[in-house]
Amino acid sequence: MHLMNKILLYEIHNTIRNKWIIIYSFFFFFIGYALFAFSGDGSKAFISLMNIVLFIIPIVALVFGSIFLYNSREFIEMMLSQPIDRKSLFFGLYLGTALPLIFSWIIGITIPYFLFTVNYNNTEELILVIIIGSLLTIIFTAIAFLIALKQDDKSKGLAYSIFVWLILAILYDGLVLLIIYTFEDYPLDKFIIGLSIINPIDLGRIFFLIQFNISALMGYTGAIFQKFFGANLGIVISSFCMILWVILPVYLSLKLFGKKDF
Amino acid sequence: MVEINKLSKKYNKNEILKNISLSINKGEVTAVVGPNGSGKTTLIKSILGLVKLNSGSVEVDGINIKNNFTYKNNIGYVPQVARYPENLTGNEILSLVKELRTNYEFSSQKIIESFKLSEELNKPFKNLSGGTKQKVSILIALAFNPKIIILDEPTAGLDPVSSSYFKDLILEEKEKKKTIILTSHIMSEIQELADEIIFLLDGEIKFKGTITSLLEESKESKLERAIAQLMLRE
Repeated sequence: MHLMNKILLYEIHNTIRNKWIIIYSFFFFFIGYALFAFSGDGSKAFISLMNIVLFIIPIVALVFGSIFLYNSREFIEMMLSQPIDRKSLFFGLYLGTALPLIFSWIIGITIPYFLFTVNYNNTEELILVIIIGSLLTIIFTAIAFLIALKQDDKSKGLAYSIFVWLILAILYDGLVLLIIYTFEDYPLDKFIIGLSIINPIDLGRIFFLIQFNISALMGYTGAIFQKFFGANLGIVISSFCMILWVILPVYLSLKLFGKKDF
Repeated sequence: MVEINKLSKKYNKNEILKNISLSINKGEVTAVVGPNGSGKTTLIKSILGLVKLNSGSVEVDGINIKNNFTYKNNIGYVPQVARYPENLTGNEILSLVKELRTNYEFSSQKIIESFKLSEELNKPFKNLSGGTKQKVSILIALAFNPKIIILDEPTAGLDPVSSSYFKDLILEEKEKKKTIILTSHIMSEIQELADEIIFLLDGEIKFKGTITSLLEESKESKLERAIAQLMLRE
């Protein structure tokens, strides 16, 4: 714990000076400005924001996380020649990447909210978007670490990262539709629920939409989710699955980091 | 003192080190030589716990290094390629390492002056040249006065002035009865510094002994030729 905090502190120092982290912050600032200053209806702005968050955050966390780990290879070697255990070093590096990413976009989005909304009656939505976005950052940074630890070739690793994003963020919806269309004669409800559990981006979307009861925008998986579990149980189950999604890739990359030859 | 016992290491199916046993003595410079891919770096990394052993054991000062990391308080390591978080400065890395290590006598002034590093240590690593990064690595490895010094091709990126200063530094450390392990492809450097030579080929030790005994055995007057002869003999 003690050693991890020391590494973490220096890693955060390093990461917040990274120009991409600053650009990331500005990106969300301008998105926030555009949405809050020009949209009359607060809820609508948040639905748009949620869609951007579900799209952008996973790819940024995947690409930034894997590049960061590839560039740290020699540094990890050097750190491991110091008296430090692998677990502390791993959590120092991992949180040193994920936390600045989280701070960066939260700052970016919160400033325009307080500057450009007239009456702050959507703070609840803002907090929910922040929670979902932060969970997605934590999950996808861990997946990025997992890929970068498993695959030593940097360009292959980056390709895998982008591929994971393509499947989960883009192809997934089409795939679900295709399955429903092809097997329309069969009872598919449970299968579709299973599908949404294996996609953290979809879980994030369901979580947000059930919370605000915007069933029209929920999409097929979201509607089934709510029908099947009801609103309350739906929220409990989707948050439980989200937490599993946080624990699993972190645990697996920690295991890999412990065994890896540097 | 480093004791290696029946050490084997495979990467996938590639056997890099084959059943290696050796002991490295205190107060001596031991040079590990061999062609590229012969297992020199893997041997060094197994002492540092950077690679996990398939079988065998490594003891440093009588302590088995398996599942232990505190023994690295006694080790200073200069890696082959130096790369650091690009937005941090040398001074920041130095203070990080200070926080991680315990039981050390810190003295950096002499090295900083000789390598003319004082200004460079305040610049972020992305603005430093390869040679300067290498000097920072040497500084970090030696400033904590470790009992064991491990150098993986340390002079590869250094200019002649720095390189000759570095060699003086190593000889001084040897006088202080340190255990020094060195890999290099520069034979003149090895001849200048090393007491013992370990010749590795395809993951096996083909020769271990003093430079004089190697020269006598091969009936050559130059180390380079003696080593080449060892390689050709296989």
